[in-house]
Amino acid sequence: MGLKGTAAIVGYAEWPHVRRYTDEKRFTIDQWAELTKLALDDAELSVDRVNGIVCSEIREADMFTPATIVEYLGRPVNFAERVDLGGANPVGMIWRAAAAIELGIADVVVCATPGRPIPSNPNRGPVDPRRYFQSSSHKWGSPQAEFEIPFGNLAQNCGYAMIAQRYAAEFGYQPEALAKLVVHQRESAALNPLAAFYQKPVTTDDVLSSRMIADPLRMLEIVMPVAGGGGVVVANKEIADQCPHSPAWITGFGEHLTMKTPTFAQDLCRSPVGPASEKAFEMAGISRTEIDACEIYDCYTITVLLTIEDAGFCNKGDGMQFIQEHDLGFDGDFPVNTHGGQLGMGQAGAAGGMTQVIEGARQIMGRADDRQVRSCQNVYVSGTGGIMSEQAALILQGN
Amino acid sequence: MEFEKPLPLQSPAAIPFWKALQEETVLLQQCDECSHWVFYPRNHCPRNLGNSLTWREVSGEGVLYSYTVARQPTAPHFADEVPQLLAIVELKEGVRMTSTIVGVDPNDLKVGMPLVPYFDHVTDDVTLLRFTVRNSKRS
Ligand SMILES: [Zn+2]
Repeated sequence: MGLKGTAAIVGYAEWPHVRRYTDEKRFTIDQWAELTKLALDDAELSVDRVNGIVCSEIREADMFTPATIVEYLGRPVNFAERVDLGGANPVGMIWRAAAAIELGIADVVVCATPGRPIPSNPNRGPVDPRRYFQSSSHKWGSPQAEFEIPFGNLAQNCGYAMIAQRYAAEFGYQPEALAKLVVHQRESAALNPLAAFYQKPVTTDDVLSSRMIADPLRMLEIVMPVAGGGGVVVANKEIADQCPHSPAWITGFGEHLTMKTPTFAQDLCRSPVGPASEKAFEMAGISRTEIDACEIYDCYTITVLLTIEDAGFCNKGDGMQFIQEHDLGFDGDFPVNTHGGQLGMGQAGAAGGMTQVIEGARQIMGRADDRQVRSCQNVYVSGTGGIMSEQAALILQGN
Repeated sequence: MEFEKPLPLQSPAAIPFWKALQEETVLLQQCDECSHWVFYPRNHCPRNLGNSLTWREVSGEGVLYSYTVARQPTAPHFADEVPQLLAIVELKEGVRMTSTIVGVDPNDLKVGMPLVPYFDHVTDDVTLLRFTVRNSKRS
């Protein structure tokens, strides 16, 4: 059942993640094309080999997104998908690409997540105050418009903070453990020239003394918005075997959705990444102990903690202790977010989770330079959308 | 730029809930088939999709399931409420709802603490169900 593992990531492109973007601003579709070109160049494939795309939202169109992109690229495709899983998009995009390839629908599929600013609209009208409602729908009939927005339950920060607060009440809370996680990731980011926090490590004290944003989450436990973007090429076995880089085979995945608003989670401390990961490991036929590196979606520290537990790397409630007892650096005994994660790279909108996918492939290809995990063959990647409401997991493996 | 506070866009299925709040009572739906309590109001039970739900008056009392103290406004509309005491409240019937806590010092918030309804008549037409502790200055 599931993937046979005959589709692989064969190339990728990743823009530097920068706090202040000063180059020319371009539309999302332009960025899509640029990332596609760079990723195909990396795989040494020409654009006429592409016959599938997987995208997420673009700023220039609300509907018909894949067709808009395909038209711009000038590439007719047999397979086009728009994924709507927020931060879980990249993982969701990659497994859909692999599935389409294994079904024989497509041979080469591009997945891209542009995350640079677009040109400002000279014809822009007055600011719509509803834009502050962000991912909470303000539309007529939306449960959020009726039961969430009037109370100000809007920002992602607060949802994650409420998860952390509940966790603290049920299992206890060690702020120093989560601070240690940040320190490890920032150490890796310090070695990653594409990271916004390149050469900028922090100490436990820095984390614990950073400003409280939404109790118990502090500033350095929360991703910083940046400009960036990434693109990935997924190809079938025949093509993958001829590409210059050692392929990162997509051997397992899982996806699980439970709700939109954490208020309606059955159990706030058990996240959907649990069932998603179970399925991914089962499909790949490998165990947790065989994993060489974990690239875990890290919008907040609490997300990583819950993922380590729910994906089965330790028992529920032991995550804080697990972090204290392990070295999470790229050269440690349990490498986590070897690129620095999004806490170290910055979060370039939808591209945030793509950094985890790309780093997984990069490690397997042996292209991680100063932060290369030794003999890295099996990587676990997770994606998280909404407020741990929709999550996906991926297993990438080397030859 | 002025940010008027967003009021609930009341849906047809929830009208009895909103009307009852104006009279300082809490109504919840219960599934006729499986007895499951339902919130937010809707036309189908989320346990068995049964479409026969009955409104029942409940105490509105519950416990604090989780909360956060938002130190910066979640949107400019709520700047005057900082620190916002956002909460997930679990009513005795088991349903959870999003709300805010009033009349409680942020340092006194504790997961599991008992809460009682506080009916906030924000306009002549809209009452929001917030929560407080018994005998607080707001209850
Ligand atoms: Zn029912």
